[in-house]
Amino acid sequence: MFRFLLRRLALTVPTFLALMFVTFMMIRLVPGDPIEVRRGERGISPERLAELRHEMGLDQPVWKQFLDYVWGLLHGDFGVSIITKNPILHEFFHLFPATVELSVCALLFATLVGIPAGVIAASRRGGLYDQTLMGIALTGYSMPIFWWGLILILIMSNTLGLTPVSGRVDLVKYYYPQVTGLMLIDSLISGQKGAFLDALRHLILPTIVLGTVPLAIIARMTRSSMLEVLEEDYVRTARAKGLPPYRVIGIHALRNALIPVVTVIGLSVGSLLAGAVLTETIFSWPGVGKWLIESIGRRDYPALQGGIMLISSFVIVVNLIVDLTYGLINPRIRHAR
Amino acid sequence: MKRITTLASALLVSTMLAAGGAQAKTLVYCSEGSPENFTPALNTTGTSLDAARPVFNQLVEFQRGTTNVVPGLAESYKVSPDGLVITFKLRKGVKFHSGVNGFTPTRDFNADDVLWSFNRQWKEDHPYHKISGGAFDYFNDMEMPASLKSIEKVDDYTVKMTLNAPNAPILANLAMDFGTIESAEYAKYLLDKGTPEQFDQIPVGTGPFQFVDYQKDAVIRFKAFDGYWGGKAKFDDLVYAITPDATARYAKMKAGECHVMGYPNPADLEAMGKDKSITLMKQAGLNIGYLAMNVKKPPFDKKEVRQAINMAIDRDSILKEVYQGAGQKAKNLIPPTIWSYNKAVKDYEYSPEKAKALLKKAGVKDLQSDLWWMPVQRPYNPNAKRMAEMMQADLAKVGINVKLVSYEWGEYRKRLQAGEHQMGLLGWTGDNGDPDNFFFLLGCTGAREGGQNISKWCDKKFEDKLQQAKKLSEKADRTKLYEEMQVISKEEAPIVTIAHSTVFEPVSKKVSDYKVSPLGRHDFYGVDIAE
Repeated sequence: MFRFLLRRLALTVPTFLALMFVTFMMIRLVPGDPIEVRRGERGISPERLAELRHEMGLDQPVWKQFLDYVWGLLHGDFGVSIITKNPILHEFFHLFPATVELSVCALLFATLVGIPAGVIAASRRGGLYDQTLMGIALTGYSMPIFWWGLILILIMSNTLGLTPVSGRVDLVKYYYPQVTGLMLIDSLISGQKGAFLDALRHLILPTIVLGTVPLAIIARMTRSSMLEVLEEDYVRTARAKGLPPYRVIGIHALRNALIPVVTVIGLSVGSLLAGAVLTETIFSWPGVGKWLIESIGRRDYPALQGGIMLISSFVIVVNLIVDLTYGLINPRIRHAR
Repeated sequence: MKRITTLASALLVSTMLAAGGAQAKTLVYCSEGSPENFTPALNTTGTSLDAARPVFNQLVEFQRGTTNVVPGLAESYKVSPDGLVITFKLRKGVKFHSGVNGFTPTRDFNADDVLWSFNRQWKEDHPYHKISGGAFDYFNDMEMPASLKSIEKVDDYTVKMTLNAPNAPILANLAMDFGTIESAEYAKYLLDKGTPEQFDQIPVGTGPFQFVDYQKDAVIRFKAFDGYWGGKAKFDDLVYAITPDATARYAKMKAGECHVMGYPNPADLEAMGKDKSITLMKQAGLNIGYLAMNVKKPPFDKKEVRQAINMAIDRDSILKEVYQGAGQKAKNLIPPTIWSYNKAVKDYEYSPEKAKALLKKAGVKDLQSDLWWMPVQRPYNPNAKRMAEMMQADLAKVGINVKLVSYEWGEYRKRLQAGEHQMGLLGWTGDNGDPDNFFFLLGCTGAREGGQNISKWCDKKFEDKLQQAKKLSEKADRTKLYEEMQVISKEEAPIVTIAHSTVFEPVSKKVSDYKVSPLGRHDFYGVDIAE
């Protein structure tokens, strides 16, 4: 197990190096410079531009800038935002909890609905239920997030008045300090009556929107994996023993069928964070996705570099954990050379 | 530290709410983004300036909903006969807010604060000059360093500003956000504490609202300041709900989650107009979208050619297609909301025939030209590409073959200012409502390579009047000159004035006395909301 862990960890090193290089270079390939981009019609005098570029170190050769950046990272220094002058780490960790809260809810929603749906579909293969469910899953998978979010707001909030439009909590009724950054927990800590339920209500729509694509993937994956397992000899044996169907499917088959599903869930963390960018924008959710989008517009190099590095590290770590869990539930992987 | 301050302010507010008994009146403004910081002098974007404005005052201010300059922290001011000295009499008994970081003011606002605020932007040895990046764009762009000779304190309530040359528009400059007066005492307090950077994050001012809390990308909270010199605001809490997506802002308006929103989506305007819970307010924007012809490149050095192009372009169709009705055809460089707008100027009418005749007269045929369009949406031009395409079609009708060109926005401006183009689209959004703030765009200073006059047109008569108008302090005298300049520039036609876009602002029916600012500001002092 320990060797397995070491091997996986060693593999992340080149990934990180490549990441550093790619994020650094990509941003600089985008035309436009952080200073000029901020200047409207008025423009900027060449002297002042040179002065500001010098202050930000942008007048250095690119390789030098890159080495400085890597050197900084090795010392845990992600730099400061060009726009707000705040340290990147501070900005990131101020916003990241909101993204985590939303992503965890979306993933829970996707898993808790997706797995049972897939199992039921598999057990009634070819039936009306199976076909309807898989049809919906396909639609969900191909749903453009932006459109889906706005439609839900229009129906659920504006027409039916069931959920709030956007934000994390009712700003007029409730006001409490950000302690953990997770609104559900902060609202409980605050002790303000109704705050927790209100925060929960605010989570409903973004959770559904962000969870739709992973839900579709998980449901489809569970179904196909389940179908495969149901063909196995041991399932037939279990049935022949006269075990009730719920035990055959729910215990014998499901445990093995879940192995590929776990991988899919782990992999979807990456796409969840990508989806969070749009979801956060629609629902005014103060997370890192929206922050990154804004940073692109402003050519805030340090914010983009730092933000992408941190998010990627997070995804890498999650994938690592998934690989390890995978090893745990499937000994064949663990012992493979 | 930040956490403690937020906690403290939360406690403060909750006790206030409890003590108040009755439900506090709250106005929610759905804003479009997060501010960069809360010191107006450091910022140039409307988003950042809007976020700091409730907290602050300037010496002179824009009357809400207009571009008129009225007294603010200066009770009165006097310009010396030679126009070189402006003496400000400061208002007495003006209180500063307490800061949520524990700062408590021990004195009222006085001349020290005025000097502190301008010197921060002006003097490199000022202890706060380099804090928070220290780029004071507006102060420099409005040419304050060149205009100012000195700012002196005569006594606690008198400040004397000496200029290098008479400069009438400077009063309008001082009413801009960079003219904000901050607390010298607060600055010293933070410097002694070793946290000067907090100065720009936790604002302390003299304004109608005091800062309570800011959560990036989520919310900014203010509360009405009891001791405001102009009288307490009509509602208690002001909340900026940061909502970047325009469609989501509208959805929040409909759900009653916010009362005022900025920057509506043009596609939603029709529905907003029909919405019974919303008043859709509008005003002509303080801007101009124009097409400049580079007079340094033949045949655009010929007046007839420039006039012909003015006649060849069908602006009415552009207004319909590109502005979708949210614009007003521009006759002059300045919009009609600015004083000295010359109504008598006769505009060119759309007439391909006359254009052709003029081109023929100028001896121009088979003209090949480029036409540049900017790659970004601007307030004065929602879709430059579409506009360029329509112009291309119009010009083809009079025998001008146009090639469309574009570059990345920063590069685009640089190349236009260098005069690489033959024809190019650009525009301007006014800063302070002074005519000079528009007319300099056609002045000789800007016509130099790298300057902002992208038609590179330099007309002696026009320039003389421009310079003269700057030196006069009587509005009537200046008006006369500006009116004459509008006649000259129309006749010489270095640009095609296309449109002034309209600013729309949806406001809840519960809100009263809200005024759309021609300067694109969102001001809430003086506004009321029904419970």
